[in-house]
Amino acid sequence: MYALKYVQPKSVKEAAAFLAANPEAKLLSGGMTLIPTLKQRLARPTHLVDISQLAELAKIEVKAGKLVVGAGARHHTVATSAVVKKAIPALAGLAAEIGDPQVRNCGTIGGSVANNDPAADYPAAVLGLNATVVTTKREIPADKFFQGMFTTALNDGEIVLRVEFPLVKRAAYSKFHHPASGYAMAGVFIAQVADGVRVAVTGAGPGVFRWKEAEAALAKSLKPAALEGLKLNSSNFNSDMHADREYRANLVRVMAGRAAAKLSGKK
Amino acid sequence: MAKITITVNGVKHTKAVEDRTLLVNFLRDELGLTGTHVGCDTSQCGCCTVHVNGRAVKSCTMVAAQANGTSVVTIEGMAKKNKLHPIQQAFSECHGLQCGFCTPGMIMATAGLLKDNPNPTEEEIYKGLEGNLCRCTGYINIVKAVKRSAKLLRGKH
Repeated sequence: MYALKYVQPKSVKEAAAFLAANPEAKLLSGGMTLIPTLKQRLARPTHLVDISQLAELAKIEVKAGKLVVGAGARHHTVATSAVVKKAIPALAGLAAEIGDPQVRNCGTIGGSVANNDPAADYPAAVLGLNATVVTTKREIPADKFFQGMFTTALNDGEIVLRVEFPLVKRAAYSKFHHPASGYAMAGVFIAQVADGVRVAVTGAGPGVFRWKEAEAALAKSLKPAALEGLKLNSSNFNSDMHADREYRANLVRVMAGRAAAKLSGKK
Repeated sequence: MAKITITVNGVKHTKAVEDRTLLVNFLRDELGLTGTHVGCDTSQCGCCTVHVNGRAVKSCTMVAAQANGTSVVTIEGMAKKNKLHPIQQAFSECHGLQCGFCTPGMIMATAGLLKDNPNPTEEEIYKGLEGNLCRCTGYINIVKAVKRSAKLLRGKH
């Protein structure tokens, strides 16, 4: 890692002011992506601004029909939170499947969505549940937040404060783990929302995306059979040594089927 | 330089370190606690697992300054007065190691798992040790050792 300075602001306000004054500084939350990136010398920030210990970012609560998860909530905390388990059990289940126990003890939801790794799990839940990402500047709906590989709507110096998930009737997530890294080779999050069904896919494409054909089909029938033979545009899917494009496309269909089976209780 | 105070295995240490110092390097190079190993240095193998405020973390993927003010337990903090910790005893009895390089991390990860789940199923043990790699044993005896650890810790022999 290149030499840098570590700072620990006492509030989000102080962190935001520091970022504004130091354009090459970088926020540090759980560090599960950032620290390995720095060790590989793929980034050279002047400062690490550690916001992981700010209590104001750690809150998890249900408020006005929404599950509100603070950006600093660790994956382990979300996975085991009684509030999350009761409000949106699929979200707790998703958090329990991220990485490994040590990673879940450090990594945070805010870090995950801000990083927007194309194989990360949280983006599928945020997009599938039609959540809102609340920052120091504004509220960003999930459909506008994720903008492709490692790219989000966040501007420089903008800090994610919390993610607000609308409470839904039912939701389920199914994921095919990369056997070594634990990342999603394909993960599908299906949510039955007020006005239909949303299907978000992670791991397969250059970034999380909605499978609209599946949404339309599942709105008519939530059974896995509804997915058979549906069009799935896989032209931009990842193709690498772990899985080629066609294999990933098949995984998406299988994971969608499994998630639908969880929702409908049918095989 | 960052001035940090970390309580390691019950002893408070205050040191000035470079801001980029990783927790694992702080433990090994500054404190001489070389039981915590650096295996892959890419947060995959788990050999560097220690507990920070009671939670298992990979100390190669945390800067020491992040642990400022915390309480850290390393493999050296497990045995008490020359008496092996029950998890160490179980790994020894079940031959849960061959070369031993991964063992400190395996033991710290096992301690983390059993804290959350004192009586894990075999499946839960696989999941609980997902963050740790062993290149010798094939894991069979490690899983046995974890089961044995759980029994010992629950007071059964």
